[in-house]
Amino acid sequence: MSDQFTLRVNGADHDVRDSWLGESLLEVLRNRIGLLGSKGACEQGECGSCSVVVDGELVCSCLVMAASAIGQSITTVEGIAPDGAPSDVQRAFVDAGAVQCGFCTPGLIVAVHSLLESDGEPSDTEVREALAGNLCRCTGYGRILEAVERVVVERRR
Amino acid sequence: MSIIDAPAAARPGTLGDSVLRPDGTAKVQGSFEFSSDLSAEGCVWGATLRSPHPYARIRSIDVSGAWKVPGVLAVITADDVPGERTYGLIVPDQPVFAADIVRYVGEPIAAVAGDDPEVCRRAVDAIRVDYEVLEPLLDAEAALDPNTPAIHPDGNVIASQPVVHGDPEATADVVVEGTYEVGMQDQAFLGLEAALAIPDPGGRSLEVYVATQWMHEDRRQMADCLGLDPESVRLVLGGVGGAFGAREDISLQIHTSLLALRLGRPVRMAYDRAESFLGHVHRHPAQIWMRHHATADGELVKVESRMVFDGGAYASTSSAVLLNAVTQAPGPYRCPNAVIEGHAVRTNHLPCGAMRGFGVVQICFAHESQMDKLADACGVDPWELRLRNAMRTGDTTITGQVVQNVAPVEECLRETAALPLPDEPVGGRPRSDGLVDVMKVPGGAGRTTDAADVVRGIGWGVSIKNLMYSAGFDDYATARCRLGAGVAMLKFATVEVGQGFVTLAGQIARSILGVDDVVLGRIDTQIGSAGSTSASRQTWMSGGAVASACRAVRDRLFLHVAEQHGVDPENLVIDGTDIRDETTGWRIAVADASAGIDIDETVVYRHQDTEPLDENGQGDCHVGFVFVAHRAVVDVDPELGLVKVVQIATAQDVGRALNPLSITGQIEGGIAQGLGLAVMEEIIQTDGVIRNGNFTDYLLPTFLDMPDVVATLIEQPDPMAPLGAKGVGEPPTISSTPAIVAAIRDALRQVDGVGRALDRVPVRPADICLPARASSPPAAG
Repeated sequence: MSDQFTLRVNGADHDVRDSWLGESLLEVLRNRIGLLGSKGACEQGECGSCSVVVDGELVCSCLVMAASAIGQSITTVEGIAPDGAPSDVQRAFVDAGAVQCGFCTPGLIVAVHSLLESDGEPSDTEVREALAGNLCRCTGYGRILEAVERVVVERRR
Repeated sequence: MSIIDAPAAARPGTLGDSVLRPDGTAKVQGSFEFSSDLSAEGCVWGATLRSPHPYARIRSIDVSGAWKVPGVLAVITADDVPGERTYGLIVPDQPVFAADIVRYVGEPIAAVAGDDPEVCRRAVDAIRVDYEVLEPLLDAEAALDPNTPAIHPDGNVIASQPVVHGDPEATADVVVEGTYEVGMQDQAFLGLEAALAIPDPGGRSLEVYVATQWMHEDRRQMADCLGLDPESVRLVLGGVGGAFGAREDISLQIHTSLLALRLGRPVRMAYDRAESFLGHVHRHPAQIWMRHHATADGELVKVESRMVFDGGAYASTSSAVLLNAVTQAPGPYRCPNAVIEGHAVRTNHLPCGAMRGFGVVQICFAHESQMDKLADACGVDPWELRLRNAMRTGDTTITGQVVQNVAPVEECLRETAALPLPDEPVGGRPRSDGLVDVMKVPGGAGRTTDAADVVRGIGWGVSIKNLMYSAGFDDYATARCRLGAGVAMLKFATVEVGQGFVTLAGQIARSILGVDDVVLGRIDTQIGSAGSTSASRQTWMSGGAVASACRAVRDRLFLHVAEQHGVDPENLVIDGTDIRDETTGWRIAVADASAGIDIDETVVYRHQDTEPLDENGQGDCHVGFVFVAHRAVVDVDPELGLVKVVQIATAQDVGRALNPLSITGQIEGGIAQGLGLAVMEEIIQTDGVIRNGNFTDYLLPTFLDMPDVVATLIEQPDPMAPLGAKGVGEPPTISSTPAIVAAIRDALRQVDGVGRALDRVPVRPADICLPARASSPPAAG
């Protein structure tokens, strides 16, 4: 067992108690801090459901040790639009029909925000490549691509 | 896609409009509660001990080690099951916990509860089971041999079903045959199995939050095994992260409930991905031999088939899966004569049951491969051959059932053919700097493919799929509608798995009642059954139930208005959000008319009766049918055996498009699963042991694998369907697979003029690039 430590998540400090040393960031976010928006579906970094941003870098939180994120800035789906109103990406997902069961959705929301922050005009191939680490079993991805396209067009204005 | 953008005449929010999901905002914000997100005050965790052997006798189970792990609160085995010790959807042949024999790798033997998941894992590891390992039965053909020792008291044959129709001796000028194989596919929903069981004080009843597909059927099986009345088991739907058939059977429901009742405190269980691969049923692997007889110009005269489905260790829905396959063996084509023999057998493989397409996926790969062979043998274009044989309303199936549904097979074929082919050149459009876009060539960023070697092929797949439950099953759905002050409240036990019934239900109420505000009640067992969210049945069944309940409320509202305002209720109609007298034009807003009243109606909807098949497989066994055509365009690297699916075009029979956006999601998502089966998805078992039960090794289509989908909807409202609409979930998955394989064959034929049989899915690189194996002779040419 490690001592208590603090993680900075979505702009707020959270004390983490009783975490064991190798506990993943995903487990700590969900079970110790109570931020349930990040999902776990493969435990191997293959599905992207647990995507969060750590110091500006998109990561699978199931593969990151929580203790290694001490002192770093963590953004989860709950912190994408802090005032509670959906972000442009979140709105576009709903409007374009990019959500079915919704289990992959939080990870995709984080991944799309991360992509569009680094590249505001990605090509279709670049979008597909950037999001290829996020599996969706319901949609076949078509409406998700449409949602991303809508945001790109909207932000261009 | 044009089908979404089509101008809707519908009032916003009503049927025909692309209404958005009511749970969409919660899902994009991460606040939607999936079953794995649920907890309760004082809640502890549960975990399952599973068999490492495909077939073994249990000599003894020593749980004492588990009790020594600090934090362990309960350890239970078969001896702790108070009610029935076995369960099952059709026959109760599967033990809650194995007591004397284990029959597949992953069969549950014991469960523990503890303070946290890590404690549970250690406790499970500390249980000692002494096994006498037995020789597993792994060959489905051997399972049919009466001399093979039975691995279960019910025997090794789960079901056998012949279909003999017309003249069994008939033959014709052209005869083609082949043997086809379908691998085991996993539903691979993202949201893993999870449940939370909360016992009531006294321990004789409980509430269970679970991600499932069929609440009342879960409850029946749970109550039987828990030794409780069904009313003592209250199910509440926990948010469902996809299903695709894998949640139709019991997984952790009974185990979680047993632990909670034992402890008198809430217990949650959640599988990880590896356990999920063991904990739910899969798509049946199948071996299918077919022989088609046709006239010289390709008119089908007879279809023969012998098929064996490997059901794995327990029956689940194998007999129903088999029924679908044998009864729809010719596909969506007229065929006057048929001799079909089908078997579903028990082996020591993972249990198989429901997955999207349910038996029709397997037979469709075989019959569509045969149609291509037939086209080849007759010298007819594959599309033209299908058109010549296309089923129409009024045709008779091989079970002697007259197809009364709208049957626009010809329209599906013609409309698909009219969709544009991809403008992307073979091997993909070069990047702006003139270099090859490696993500567009087969193999992608591996950069192994030389774009100059890439060959393009086109292939067709067409399918028929029965809707709802068949063969005399009492299939019904229940819905309640309550109206007051311009607000409709709906209640049903229809499971929302992501398909969008929660959206559709509101649309139905808005259309029928003329309200804008619709409130949905919690999805639970505090109302009658809605049946399963499967078999593409909820739009028809629960849609029919909600519509009937709304109409019953509307009729009472009309009586109330007539009484209040001295008008004839027979003349009243809903017009937008008003009630209008058709003779006088008098109108009143529904919101005003329903102020101060409370009308409450619960209705049970049933579809028309079906009947079991007779000994020759004859009978009106299905309720209705849906149809679809797929055209696949693929780029193939024939040297490396790599495939890039470039485009899928499809025209789908939907009856009436109630929510075009939602239908589009079903089409694209279903095609992705069909693509997966065509070129990448298969559970590999060696000696009965799963080898790839994780997402690193079980490959799923990603953003880069998924092609453009161009789709059009064939809208011919079906008079048999309560809303004119057919279910849309399964068809996209079914014939997309054979279309892709046909396109690969087409590409390879261009390379050497002979091609490859590709008689097995998923198609593997070695099937494409290596000389044909002895078991896969080149296609007759």
